[in-house]
Amino acid sequence: MGFKEFCFRKSLWVFHFGGASCNNCDIEIIDCLTPRHDLERFGILLVGSIRHADVLLVNGSINRRDKDRLLELYNQAPKPLLVVAIGACGCTGGIFAEGNTFAGPVDKIIPVDAYIPGCPPKPEAIIAGIVKLAGKKG
Amino acid sequence: MAVYLFWFLVFPGLLFMAAAGGLLSWFDRKITARVQFRKGPPLLQPFYDFFKLLLVKETILPAQGSRFVFLLAPLLAVFGAAMAGLFILLPLFNIETGFRGDIIVIFYLLTLPSFSYIIGSLASGNPLAAVGASREMKLIISYELTFLLVVAAVIMKSGQKFDLESIIAAQQAGTPFIGSISGVLLFIAALFCIQAKLGLVPFDMPEAEAELASGIYIEYSGPPYAMIRLAKYIMLFILPAFIVALLMNGMTDGTGILWLILKILAIVLLVTLIRNTNPRLKIRQASSFFLIWMNLLVVIAIVLTAFGL
Ligand code: SF4
Repeated sequence: MGFKEFCFRKSLWVFHFGGASCNNCDIEIIDCLTPRHDLERFGILLVGSIRHADVLLVNGSINRRDKDRLLELYNQAPKPLLVVAIGACGCTGGIFAEGNTFAGPVDKIIPVDAYIPGCPPKPEAIIAGIVKLAGKKG
Repeated sequence: MAVYLFWFLVFPGLLFMAAAGGLLSWFDRKITARVQFRKGPPLLQPFYDFFKLLLVKETILPAQGSRFVFLLAPLLAVFGAAMAGLFILLPLFNIETGFRGDIIVIFYLLTLPSFSYIIGSLASGNPLAAVGASREMKLIISYELTFLLVVAAVIMKSGQKFDLESIIAAQQAGTPFIGSISGVLLFIAALFCIQAKLGLVPFDMPEAEAELASGIYIEYSGPPYAMIRLAKYIMLFILPAFIVALLMNGMTDGTGILWLILKILAIVLLVTLIRNTNPRLKIRQASSFFLIWMNLLVVIAIVLTAFGL
């Protein structure tokens, strides 16, 4: 592992994209940054602009309107970029998979590096997923 | 010639200031974490962030707008911060005496980072960046007068000395300026000024995460953003150092270096605590805070100085 990659893994800045989710996953993601779980000890920060992001967290079912936005975000982000699909909706479509407006799942639209299943996944599961991702080849 | 380059680039210049500023930035984040009952980032986290942005990430240039100015602005910010730091630290460490009137030069160089953020964000052509830039301008107009008055008051206290070296010498011969009533008032005003200069809560409306999505920095990615972070690290080190030189005795001989470190840490601690216990102000509130209340405070301090208090 070279110096560059070491720095990259030590400082993953996260941008959160919520599709048409039921809002549970969003709350669990925010929960990871709270005092109890504290993702900052791994150097993970939530950033406000996609230009600063290293990780794109996608949760919720992706419907036809979200699809364009998600593609746009992915194209605007500086590479290298890791994409994480969170929740049953993000991974497969979950309970919305049969829906009329459904355009996902995420990996049909953009390449995904990690899947964190669950409906919603526990914060512990999200942390475990992100730590594994930080250990993976970036 | 070579010694000037060494001063500018290594000690007490760019390299030293970047390292010290990075460590202070870690201190700031760690204290923030402890205030919120979190564990906080590891010691070298600011350096990981910097090298990741510099070495790994891609630079994205704006499709519209001036690319040259967009890329030049972060370099200008680093240059201004490093130059100002050099003029502050050389007299502070007793390496060189500086020149007559250098305090005015320092004052102008310290505004250079804020100005280059404005220029860079306007060059990107992003509407959110433009809103951030306009807020930054209003903020500069608000706090700059207060900061200038603080400097003027310090000059008055030191007996009309216009260079940092004699200001420090005047304090070391007598008492530190903070040891008087007017000195305490000046310290409070200066503290809020550097809070605004550093762009920390409650004065972070130019980069307002929540509504502007990083505002003036929104379009920066990769190496240019690394330069902006570097300028911020340097500012986090030199602004407290400037206050120490102006009001708190500078560095004395003997164990002075330890006291110097403690003083700088104490100022950064105060700044961090202020930013963790306050919500973001509206730009109008920040303007009236500086233009009315802080200016009043400094004017009172100047009057007290005239009476020798
Ligand atoms: S995965 Fe479950 S909890 Fe998450 S957004 Fe979908 S339905 Fe809601």
